[in-house]
Amino acid sequence: MTVGVVRFPGSCDETDAVLAAARVGDARLLWHADPDLHGVDAVVIPGGFSYGDYLRVGAIARFAPVMESVARFAGGGGLVLGICNGFQVLCEAGLLPGALLPNAGLRFVCRQVDVEVVNTGTPFTGACARGDVLSIPVKHTTGRFHAPDGVLERLEAHDQIVLRYAPGCNPNGSERDIAGVMNEAGNVVGLMPHPEHAVDALTGSADGLALFESMRDHVARAVAA
Amino acid sequence: MRARVLIRPKAGILDPQGKAVERALPALGFAGVANVHVGRLIELDVPDAALLPEMCEKLLANPLIEDYEILGEPR
Repeated sequence: MTVGVVRFPGSCDETDAVLAAARVGDARLLWHADPDLHGVDAVVIPGGFSYGDYLRVGAIARFAPVMESVARFAGGGGLVLGICNGFQVLCEAGLLPGALLPNAGLRFVCRQVDVEVVNTGTPFTGACARGDVLSIPVKHTTGRFHAPDGVLERLEAHDQIVLRYAPGCNPNGSERDIAGVMNEAGNVVGLMPHPEHAVDALTGSADGLALFESMRDHVARAVAA
Repeated sequence: MRARVLIRPKAGILDPQGKAVERALPALGFAGVANVHVGRLIELDVPDAALLPEMCEKLLANPLIEDYEILGEPR
């Protein structure tokens, strides 16, 4: 499996995402101005401050040349994982439902949180068991997931909520403690916590590795089939 | 023409910036302030004002979380 990690001007977590993906397969950077995805099996949109987050978080990045290719790739069933700013970009691009708003407490939060795996039927959580609690850091100012009530009901009904903050761990006021959601087809996932920063016990937790292992297993099964 | 677009957080969505300002004003002695909301003002020259709603829908605002109001030439 080769994972492509997009680098926008202002990205800052792409190197960690490449290192995390490299633990389970091959990984390479994809430049925002290059529409060629170079045959990767999965795409990660990393955290950071793409295009300075001008106007709204993620609002400008969605128009990058690489994003047209990512949208086509996603439309064809390709795996796309958006982390933090990547989640915001995917929401702005309409590839994921909802939007991310400033944290309810208005502060930048940077801490380890417990997140519960709600849906294990996704390409990014297949290596987890339902109810697994992962210790993964969050670090954001604009992470409060919001969607209209009708959309939230649909997300619940279609099992599109992938991760929830464990009770007492919601760092930003996200509705229904939502930490990660997927699209209806199940191949595009966005999350605010940073699994790429939790791949080695040396830095506090290796729980994030499960998401990358899930991705690898999913791609291997798809190739075998 | 010169146009202005006002963008506000949608009614009913928690606006922590507005709340922070609302709490700060009484601390400076301005009593009785309520319902503070913080938005954005975008000023732009456009060849055709009829394009503005589409610009708002596609980029200037996120209609899921924001309302926009298009104003004419500033005086």
